[in-house]
Amino acid sequence: MSRPEDTLPPDLFYNDNESRKYTTSSRIQKIQSDMTHRALSLLRLKSPSLILDIGCGSGLSGEILSASDQDGTPGGPHVWIGFDISSSMLAIALEKEVEGDLFLADAGQGVPFRAGTFDAAISISAIQWLCNAESSEESPSGRLSRFFNGLYASLRRGGRAVCQFYPKNDEQKKMVSSAAVRAGFGAGLLEDDPGTKNAKTYLVLTVGGGDLDGDITGVVKGMDGVDVIDQRKKARVVNQRREMKGSKGWIIKKKEQMEKKGKVVKPTSKYTGRKRRIAF
Amino acid sequence: MKLLTLNFLTCAIKTCKTSPSSFPLHPQDAELEIVESDVNMAFLRNILPRLMWEELRGITRELGLPELPETAPAAEDLGEPSQVAKDLHRLLLETSIREGKLVCGNCGHEYAVKEGIANFLLPGHLV
Ligand SMILES: C[S@@+](CC[C@H](N)C(=O)[O-])C[C@H]1O[C@@H](n2cnc3c(N)ncnc32)[C@H](O)[C@@H]1O
Ligand SMILES: [Zn+2]
Repeated sequence: MSRPEDTLPPDLFYNDNESRKYTTSSRIQKIQSDMTHRALSLLRLKSPSLILDIGCGSGLSGEILSASDQDGTPGGPHVWIGFDISSSMLAIALEKEVEGDLFLADAGQGVPFRAGTFDAAISISAIQWLCNAESSEESPSGRLSRFFNGLYASLRRGGRAVCQFYPKNDEQKKMVSSAAVRAGFGAGLLEDDPGTKNAKTYLVLTVGGGDLDGDITGVVKGMDGVDVIDQRKKARVVNQRREMKGSKGWIIKKKEQMEKKGKVVKPTSKYTGRKRRIAF
Repeated sequence: MKLLTLNFLTCAIKTCKTSPSSFPLHPQDAELEIVESDVNMAFLRNILPRLMWEELRGITRELGLPELPETAPAAEDLGEPSQVAKDLHRLLLETSIREGKLVCGNCGHEYAVKEGIANFLLPGHLV
């Protein structure tokens, strides 16, 4: 199966047609929702926070960030700002009237927010695209470093970021995580269902100064298939095989609860019909 | 785009990073709208210390909105839906720029805003 990343640049790949197909597929909705919940559980937010969503697409992850704690979003409802390189994806997010603010921007060009803006950041299935440079004047390493440097600065001390992505191979996995470490992050890679075709890779990033003091092992320690790449513990590999049943069960249960309430399949239900009017 | 976001957004151009006048971006020809949402008290209390109040006052003035008090409200003023909390929620989370542009005070670059979405894509030579 060919990777979309190898066929076209992201803004061309996610055109109107592909963006709609993507967003309306119930299979994709379920996978993106599960991964967002997994990422949220790694962020461990305890109260409503300001979150950046990188490559937010049509807002599948954002809708979950806007949900309340009772509806399965830890610490929610959060306020989020999302950006994406595809205007077609953003157009669908607009149609769905997502709560978050949206931007058209390229993560490879940086993160244009003042220092310490965000409590946390999330990115679901997007940053592997940074490994494909669109033009000859740009290199994947340059784009990755602009992105991670910008992200690092935009997070407050003690903040965290979780980026689920689809590395093409081990080399790409390493290229991405070492770019994050070079930007100053404490970093760890967590893999769910490693070695299967459902394998999911989460890059968990911490900014020093908080309660964990940048020590990523405090976040993913003892988890299944964890690779600690904290700068100080040079590429120490912790390879504990432990079933994550509890956590998965939790996600599935929440998902079912949410689906029953129609939160995922009909995400805007709570706010449809809210007033939108021009003022001043 | 919410006024909250405008209180954190900077110019994306490399050479502006170090210049204090690249923040805040200045709205021009802005058409505003109110998009109502539930007041999130815990969020307001969380974000309050991170606001740049003086810049927020400047922006509201530029937009022709009512003058803000000289100093930011204190955390104690954000008790259960007090008027201060409601006003702050209305200003930061419900007042949005729907159309117009954001202009950098340092380099003059204009970021277009359409249907509430700001375009921050830069031509390659400005990155
Ligand atoms: C598989 S979709 C995921 C969308 C959303 N996060 C979700 O979970 O549904 C990947 C998204 O990444 C975006 N993307 C790819 N490269 C990007 C870049 N350089 N900057 C911003 N967004 C990018 C694409 O436009 C697309 O919307
Ligand atoms: Zn500028």
